[in-house]
Amino acid sequence: MVSQPQEILRHTVAILVDNEAGVLARVIGLFSGRGYNIESLTVAEVDTREQLSRITIVTSGTLMVIEQIKAQLRRLVPVHKVSDLTIEGPSVSRELALVKVAGTGERRVESLRIADIFRARAVDSTNDSFVFEIVGATDKLDAFIHLMEPLGLVDVSRTGVVAIARGPNPI
Amino acid sequence: MGQETMTGAELVLRALVDQGVEVIFGYPGGAVLPLYDELFKQNRLRHILVRHEQAAVHAAEGYARSTGKVGVVLVTSGPGATNAVTGLLDALCDSVPVVCLTGQVPTHLIGNDAFQEADTTGITRPCTKHNYLVKDVNQVAHVVHEAFYVARTGRPGPVVVDLPKDILVSKGIYVGPAKVKHKSYRPQVKGDLGAIGEAVALMAAAKQPIFYVGGGVVNSGPAASQLLSQLVHMTGFPCTQTLMGLGGFPGSDPLSLGMLGMHGTYEANMAMHGCDLMICVGARFDDRVTGRINAFSPNSTKIHIDIDPSSVNKNVAVDLAIIGDVAHVLEDMIKVWKARQLHVNDKDLAAWWVKIKQWQGKDCLHYVQNGKLIKPQYAIERLYQLTKDRDTYITTEVGQHQMWAAQFYKFETPGRWLTSGGLGTMGYGLPAAMGVQIAHPDSLVIDIAGEASIQMNIQEMATLAQYHLPVKVFILNNQYMGMVRQWQELLHGARYSESHSVSLPDFVKLADAFGAVGLKADKVDELDDVIAQMIASDRSVIVDCRVDPAENCFPMIPSGAAHNEMLLGPKDETGGVVSEDGMVLV
Ligand SMILES: Cc1ncc(C[n+]2csc(CCOP(=O)(O)OP(=O)(O)O)c2C)c(N)n1
Ligand SMILES: [Mg+2]
Repeated sequence: MVSQPQEILRHTVAILVDNEAGVLARVIGLFSGRGYNIESLTVAEVDTREQLSRITIVTSGTLMVIEQIKAQLRRLVPVHKVSDLTIEGPSVSRELALVKVAGTGERRVESLRIADIFRARAVDSTNDSFVFEIVGATDKLDAFIHLMEPLGLVDVSRTGVVAIARGPNPI
Repeated sequence: MGQETMTGAELVLRALVDQGVEVIFGYPGGAVLPLYDELFKQNRLRHILVRHEQAAVHAAEGYARSTGKVGVVLVTSGPGATNAVTGLLDALCDSVPVVCLTGQVPTHLIGNDAFQEADTTGITRPCTKHNYLVKDVNQVAHVVHEAFYVARTGRPGPVVVDLPKDILVSKGIYVGPAKVKHKSYRPQVKGDLGAIGEAVALMAAAKQPIFYVGGGVVNSGPAASQLLSQLVHMTGFPCTQTLMGLGGFPGSDPLSLGMLGMHGTYEANMAMHGCDLMICVGARFDDRVTGRINAFSPNSTKIHIDIDPSSVNKNVAVDLAIIGDVAHVLEDMIKVWKARQLHVNDKDLAAWWVKIKQWQGKDCLHYVQNGKLIKPQYAIERLYQLTKDRDTYITTEVGQHQMWAAQFYKFETPGRWLTSGGLGTMGYGLPAAMGVQIAHPDSLVIDIAGEASIQMNIQEMATLAQYHLPVKVFILNNQYMGMVRQWQELLHGARYSESHSVSLPDFVKLADAFGAVGLKADKVDELDDVIAQMIASDRSVIVDCRVDPAENCFPMIPSGAAHNEMLLGPKDETGGVVSEDGMVLV
């Protein structure tokens, strides 16, 4: 795959870091300080014994910028590993959203029907509202939320993308 | 046997001693009183009391760069820490290993806007290589050892250790440096042999090659400079140095083209522009070096040797990257070159040198010393001639005088030239010279200064007096912020907005007030005598060297121009030299 030098690419980068105070600020500060984009960012501890957290960042930029982002991340002292899931072999990525839709009558029924098609679950319901939980790729979530708009969409909370390489090997 | 416990302050000092620290540059305050109390009780660590925390960091930089050791700073919380910030960023930009201990309010008050509280780790995060806030006294020794490891390993840099006062007074367990190993930070020092093989093959095939060497050669240690010299002489290729790389290759070597970049030599920049192979050794393609990036050395294959992978392909895309410590990589290059019995292209190389000699024939650093008014270039040349055979260290402030020093003072060995390159910090030179003099008490240490810059940390004259440090401050007094004036002349219609040095102190009297010797040179025929007096004095000296206020620093690549679009002198100062794109550049 040959990309044009100025073409803007979107990459998903997984970063394994020491779960210590300030580490997230370090990563975010790097992006804001150097003018890189963050489209989404997730973080949680993944290894309690070794106290490691995993950060997943979806970013965009030219190839040179993406390479620079990875090199700058690797330079941070508490960073153990940086993996570019977009180019280092196949990977799976998922996002979870909680979507609140308020309405009654036909709109309420229609929202349930669409949720069913998207395999979204109602995790809360009142007489005039639902909270749906939906898991999937980012564009699937986008499509679902878009369809909910005319049906009384009132609130959305998304986790951002988490991703992992396919196959038996760790990051 | 129970483990020995001691207070956090004792732990810090013990860790410093075990790290081989001999000198600390610092300034006391409430949050660090326990540390100062421990300092009082011992005599293994020498504390140098500066007069401003910024100066403490620059002094530590001077100490570090002239010894190869880590410089150590101790400041209090709040204003102590914020005053140190400029120094920390300076050390980050120029890759200088410094450990800065900052006091902090006690842990239970952090976040409460307590007296003299600052979010020091937050403020210094982008100004340091790494920083720590210690919240457990049992971590104190570990963190201090790790801080030294991080500061000196890989691409060196400043590390802050923030120490809340309650941690300094509570008791904890000591661990020695041998027991501390960083979990993951292990920069690559050996270069990839495959890439090294490719590099030497490119060198053997090159017709118009050039070595472009930077501060990485100096930082890597004296062995790197020797190996570089060996490789350059084996090949006979020309070698140009960045501002930070001066001394990394002998300045008076016939293969040296001098400095490149904005105020570099014509021959260095033309050779960079016209080369077919560029071997970048520990430099970073910074904008002061490259000029307009899309016109930078358009026809060359580029090899980049650097310990920091993030320096590769940041500004300029290179063809071959070798990640590793310069000394290791150069050693392997020499080995492979010899093992393969490679030869350079003698004929092509000779033709390349003919071209280079033509460029050298322009005599781009030419100036005319006529009349009684001292030309600043002449002053530096005389200073060079009268001090080059001594054990001399040169620091500078920032401005025209810095560039003239870089152009006219030749350095044969690394670590003798200390200047603020990446950040361009006015006020760097005097405290840096102080740090050098502490490390080398018998050497001749000279701060080449401007009359504006010197006022930024002039208070350190008192520190010189207190410790009997015979630092020489050689002011090229042009009565202007000359570099600002030069840009205003070239780019802003000679409207000299706020760049005149008004109400200057009488530097001779000022020296006297600080217990130093004050000397003044007004005319050309006084210069040598004043320099001789300065050298002969065993005290600190300020020389007020009055130079031509109108002189500009040439050659110059104007902002946004390419290497082959240099202005050689005042005659080139035509209107519209700078494009609209160039006007926005710094
Ligand atoms: C702390 C700081 N403030 C401002 C500047 C911008 N600046 C660069 S050179 C310069 C003038 C320096 O004047 P002087 O020390 O007299 O040196 P000269 O250029 O005249 O040799 C200024 C203001 C800077 N580099 N550092
Ligand atoms: Mg001046």
